[in-house]
Amino acid sequence: MEGDLAAMGAYIGAGLACIGIGGAGIGVGNVAGNYLAGALRNPSAAPGQTAFLFIGIAFAEALGIFAFLVALLLMFAV
Amino acid sequence: MAEGGIDIRPVDQFIVKPLFGGDVVNWYTPTNVTLWMALTVLAATALMVYGARGRAVIPSRAQSMAELSYSFIYKMVEDVAGRDAIRFFPYIMTIFLFVLFANLLGLIPFAFTTTSHIAVTAVLALTVFISVTALGFVLHGAKFLKLFWVDSAPLPLRPILAVIELLSYFVRPVSHSIRLAGALMAGHAVAKVFAGFAAALGAAFFIPVLAVTALYALELLVAVIQAYVFTILSCIYLKDALHPAH
Amino acid sequence: MEEPDVTAPGMPQLDFSTYPNQIFWLVVSIVVLYLILSRTALPRIAAVLADRRGTITNDIAAAEDAKAKAAEAEEAHKQALADARAETNRIIEAARQEIQAELDAQMAEAEAEIAARAAESEARIRAIRDSARDMVAEVARDTTREVLHLFDVKADARSVTAAVNARLKAEGGAQ
Repeated sequence: MEGDLAAMGAYIGAGLACIGIGGAGIGVGNVAGNYLAGALRNPSAAPGQTAFLFIGIAFAEALGIFAFLVALLLMFAV
Repeated sequence: MAEGGIDIRPVDQFIVKPLFGGDVVNWYTPTNVTLWMALTVLAATALMVYGARGRAVIPSRAQSMAELSYSFIYKMVEDVAGRDAIRFFPYIMTIFLFVLFANLLGLIPFAFTTTSHIAVTAVLALTVFISVTALGFVLHGAKFLKLFWVDSAPLPLRPILAVIELLSYFVRPVSHSIRLAGALMAGHAVAKVFAGFAAALGAAFFIPVLAVTALYALELLVAVIQAYVFTILSCIYLKDALHPAH
Repeated sequence: MEEPDVTAPGMPQLDFSTYPNQIFWLVVSIVVLYLILSRTALPRIAAVLADRRGTITNDIAAAEDAKAKAAEAEEAHKQALADARAETNRIIEAARQEIQAELDAQMAEAEAEIAARAAESEARIRAIRDSARDMVAEVARDTTREVLHLFDVKADARSVTAAVNARLKAEGGAQ
């Protein structure tokens, strides 16, 4: 059991890393919410901006994925 | 908990295995990577060649799907990267179809997702990065470096901005590849974990099964959106090479 | 808890020994897909799309043509209608003028006749009136003379005539 101290640290770290995913959730919600607010204000301009919506979501989501990746690395690679 | 407990191995599905026995993975060994990439190519070919074989003025269902994806990517290249980027359209189309079908085929249970491997996405992203950078220097020579020199900023800020721009330029292939691989890996690993819960919970198995079903729908969306995002980011990088002056 | 060690070294994604294999097969499949798409699929779909656009353009052009022809026919029809209407108006106007002229002539003739008859009548009335006045004057003079004679008043004819004339004149002026 005493040798598992490093494994315990790694697992705790993995759990902590998952907090970052919540940040990505806030980011994605922010992007989509602002897009919707803008689209409701000026519906005619909305279709032209969907590409930017997806790019924004992708950028925000990528950071959450990085956090998840750190968790996976701690779980399986350290 | 250690013995006979939950034994979930969410990352086992990503292991590269030789197709015909043995343990050694040489560069030429036919592996499950080979199999699923071949299936990806086959599926893309089936849609774009076999589906569109009728050449009808009024298209069949498969033909209109092929035409829809064609005009979708064509319009994306035209809108995002400009009219003079049309000559790179076949390559962008290749990337899109490959990533899309690799993502979608990876959703089949027991399938191997080639695009969840960093090696694969990194090669795709680096190909785009290197060819775009080379293209920028070939087309514009040293003027391509103006991409990093923001003329609209006040002079004292410009060197700092140049460093930041340069850094973000070199981070591009990293985020470009890790985004795709990470999104797919995450989805598949989570699906595996939930599926493992279903096996461990016994009578209450339906709760994780419902969760996996919902997750599966989300993963379908993610598969398509990630292919779209990978393609449109390639187009944006291409635009920077063709028209570096912001 | 030694799961990570049971299956190969940790995450398969970080197993560098499989990288050459993956990259090799990736390059092979990308090249194959690129060749298939750029040689066969994309030109074919582009041709089909261009074909369809051509068909649609032709159809639209044909429809446009038919529309133009219809508009032309309508224009001609309208023109004929307008011509007919103008002709009708012209005929009506001519007939009206003819009738008006005839009417004017007859009216003028009738008026002239009426004026002539009125003048004749007036002349006769005046003659009658004049003769009546003369007769009245004569009657008045005779009557006056007879009355004076009855009263045995000697009066010369001249002053009687003058008095009667003056009286008649006053009557006529009062009239």
